[in-house]
Amino acid sequence: MSLLTVEQLNVRFHTPDGEVHAVRDLSFAMEAGETLGIVGESGSGKSQTMMAVMGLLAANGRIEGSVRYRGEELVGMPVSQLRAIRGRKISMIFQDPMTSMNPYMTVFDQMAQVLIHHEGLSRRAARSRCVEMLEAVRIPEAGRRIDMYPHEFSGGMRQRVMIASALLCRPDLLIADEPTTALDVTVQAQILDLMREVRREFGTAIILITHDLGVVAGLCERVLVMNGGQEMESGEVRDIFYRPQHAYTRALLAAVPRLDEQEIRRLATVDPSGAARAAAASDPAEDAGAAAPADGIVRSEPDLTAPPLLDVSDLRVHFRLIPPSLFAPAPLLKAVDGVDLVLRPGETLGVVGESGCGKSTLARAVLRLVPATSGRISLLGDDITLLDRLAMRTRRRDMQVIFQDPLASLNPRMTVGDIVAEPLHTHYPRTPRKEIRERVSRMLTRVGLGPQIINRYPHEFSGGQCQRIGIARALVLEPELVVCDEPVSALDVSIQAQIVNLLMDIQAEMNLALIFIAHDLAVVRHISHRIMVMYLGRVVEISDRVALYERPMHPYTQALIRSVPIPDPDRERNKAYRPLQGDLPSPVDPPSGCTFRTRCPHVVARCAEEVPVLRQLGASLVACHEAERVRAAIDRGEAA
Amino acid sequence: MLRYTLSRLLGAIPTLLILIALAFFMIRVAPGGPFDTERALPPEIEANLRAAYHLDEPLYQQFARYLGGLLRGDFGPSFQYKDFTVTELIGTGFPVSLRLGGSAILLALLIGVTVGTIAALRQNTRTDYTVMAVSMTGISIPNFVMAPLLILLFAVTLGWLPAGGWGGGAWNHMLLPVIALALPQVAYISRLTRGSMIEVLRSNFVRTARAQGLPERTVILRYALKPALLPVMSYLGPATAAVITGSVVIEQIFGVPGLGRYFVQGALNRDYTLVMGVVVFYGVLIILFNLVVDLFYAWLDPKVKY
Repeated sequence: MSLLTVEQLNVRFHTPDGEVHAVRDLSFAMEAGETLGIVGESGSGKSQTMMAVMGLLAANGRIEGSVRYRGEELVGMPVSQLRAIRGRKISMIFQDPMTSMNPYMTVFDQMAQVLIHHEGLSRRAARSRCVEMLEAVRIPEAGRRIDMYPHEFSGGMRQRVMIASALLCRPDLLIADEPTTALDVTVQAQILDLMREVRREFGTAIILITHDLGVVAGLCERVLVMNGGQEMESGEVRDIFYRPQHAYTRALLAAVPRLDEQEIRRLATVDPSGAARAAAASDPAEDAGAAAPADGIVRSEPDLTAPPLLDVSDLRVHFRLIPPSLFAPAPLLKAVDGVDLVLRPGETLGVVGESGCGKSTLARAVLRLVPATSGRISLLGDDITLLDRLAMRTRRRDMQVIFQDPLASLNPRMTVGDIVAEPLHTHYPRTPRKEIRERVSRMLTRVGLGPQIINRYPHEFSGGQCQRIGIARALVLEPELVVCDEPVSALDVSIQAQIVNLLMDIQAEMNLALIFIAHDLAVVRHISHRIMVMYLGRVVEISDRVALYERPMHPYTQALIRSVPIPDPDRERNKAYRPLQGDLPSPVDPPSGCTFRTRCPHVVARCAEEVPVLRQLGASLVACHEAERVRAAIDRGEAA
Repeated sequence: MLRYTLSRLLGAIPTLLILIALAFFMIRVAPGGPFDTERALPPEIEANLRAAYHLDEPLYQQFARYLGGLLRGDFGPSFQYKDFTVTELIGTGFPVSLRLGGSAILLALLIGVTVGTIAALRQNTRTDYTVMAVSMTGISIPNFVMAPLLILLFAVTLGWLPAGGWGGGAWNHMLLPVIALALPQVAYISRLTRGSMIEVLRSNFVRTARAQGLPERTVILRYALKPALLPVMSYLGPATAAVITGSVVIEQIFGVPGLGRYFVQGALNRDYTLVMGVVVFYGVLIILFNLVVDLFYAWLDPKVKY
């Protein structure tokens, strides 16, 4: 008997705008101990399928079909009986560990409830079980930390606690809904490692819901690809990756940039409606139209002899925090602590690092959206830190920005036409109305939207379309420099591919300089000419895109790159690699000397005493005392 | 925590000073004086009275004298109740007002939170709509309208409860004024609870608790109630203030010998010291209530630390 059998599952939501058919005729089965990946973009129905399995659909959701756990029908089961299965036989963890735990209860109180209700334990008896389980998921000092509140844990630690809570009753099945999406790659690698260990030690079957093909490649045995509420394709993981049958799967694979590819290809874009149509056809493989042709211009190279557009030297941004008590001195947060960078026209500088490394603050300081504490930012030869308000406003014509959240960064009360026209109104108030309209139309057409949308409002558009509007707004002034702060991280992979392609095309046309900030190393590698790696407000390595990924010099860069899951099952599984341990130290109280030394596998005594400075090594500028030794060890195949 | 409390209390001093100064000068600017009666007093007697109460001194000197008295905890003698000091009057009136206001707030919390939670759990059903409609009515009717209506119904028509008086604090005397004071607060607290409860029930951690198979009772009482109460807690400071100042009217209507009645009569009679005393006392009380609510908030929300 299968562990979980889903047959002809349909999920519908009744909304004021009509019925939404979220899951359509989905069937699959999984055996005990198996790991199944469910892959799809947002709206594919992957999460709602699992919410239906757990009986946790929103009040307006309706289920049809059958869900059987060890032969027992779950659809239509009274909630009182279903509760005996939830959390005991089938557990679920969610995407955002920050909000998935109750912030008003200690970790122990929350974990104990599970044992109190499912096994009738007393609080005292529950305690030792909870501590044991926290130790099993490698929470340091579990006996002490169990009495802390969730906000006293880092994101990765919270996800460990969530996993521990889910495993308390030794369930047969763990459903993980995007468990690592909100985490940094280094922490993601730790959590994925932990999930492998859980599977090995407890024999728990895992359903992993994700949009990230790399995560699936490393962890899952079987894969189910979903789109528009339907199954597109399912099979063994190697078949899905090496011999995808369905056009949608192929398109999805082609849309992700990969860390391990040699040539930079144009990312393929997915046409979901085409793929959905293909699903209806008898032989889905015939419909190849779903994957758009991947050709056209790929990238432009900047003129390295041109004078720099942007020259930043020794930039520091320090923030005074609120003092912890009345008379204590205000702690200093050194968000950016001595950064130099040079950017030439037509060049893209990628900035990567874990959250909290100062990459966004750097971007804001370069735009003078936050004041620099010290240092020089010279744009086209003028030091903009010295400009007065009026002069700065004029200068802003040349420097624009694209933000992470596409919808939130557009004013919901303004029409698209007004949004894109606003920079023109601000900087060239005397421009005739007709000319403004023409330039706005031209810009909207250029970003692939067309002038017919000028009277519509942002909420009428999808995330990708909103980001195109944001790009149009940034480009309408024809700036020299555009700072892109995580412009694609809120988007699905297929949309991400479209936006990345668009940015690269526009860069080639306008000879734009881009600062491209992202936590996705593969995307950064794809779009950038040079890449800067930041750690706790400092630059640890700068290199060109090929060298950085092929011969990373700094131990942190090496760890970052190895943490990125590669969408290739064989390579991903054979990657001999122990993930970087621990979390980013507090930026308020950074370690002495080299700030990375607390997590560095190659640390020596000197690292605690002396701050390493950037120096040339091979093609890289690297800030590490031991870079030669580390690199040589890796080249000999010793260190992992 | 202690340091926070101390710094808050220190911070209250300027607020109190401004309050005292405003009240002091405003009541003296108001036309009429404490010794105005229908029959004019002989000028020499009035002069003597004014001298006895230091009303013949320049204003700034009176103000300084008043502040000096306050520092020693002396609110001065009442101008109207000739044999009593203001401190004594507050001492007899406040326990009555506290009982009345305290009961009203407790009742309002109990009913408001329960009703609000039930409405949230039955969101968009007939129960929900009924509760919300009734509470909207409760908010819209001022208590000086509600109080006579209650008297008319329960005291005059049905004859179940006394129409006024205190009766030494017997429950049947307290019932109507407490209800009249509590009703608008019940309405407001229930709406507040409903709103925040609906939001909390949609939150991710409630989803987690349900996915862990916890019974709905545990989910609501142990997981959802505390965060849902946080906005109610923030409202309690101003609500207590509203009940105390509201009781000025209610005490007058029901003839309850509380602080509010002294306040109204003091103001009408230009009993400068009595009005000042009550104003200062209310001010201190409201500042204290807000401080207590903030400390309580820190206890409820582990992320708030002082």
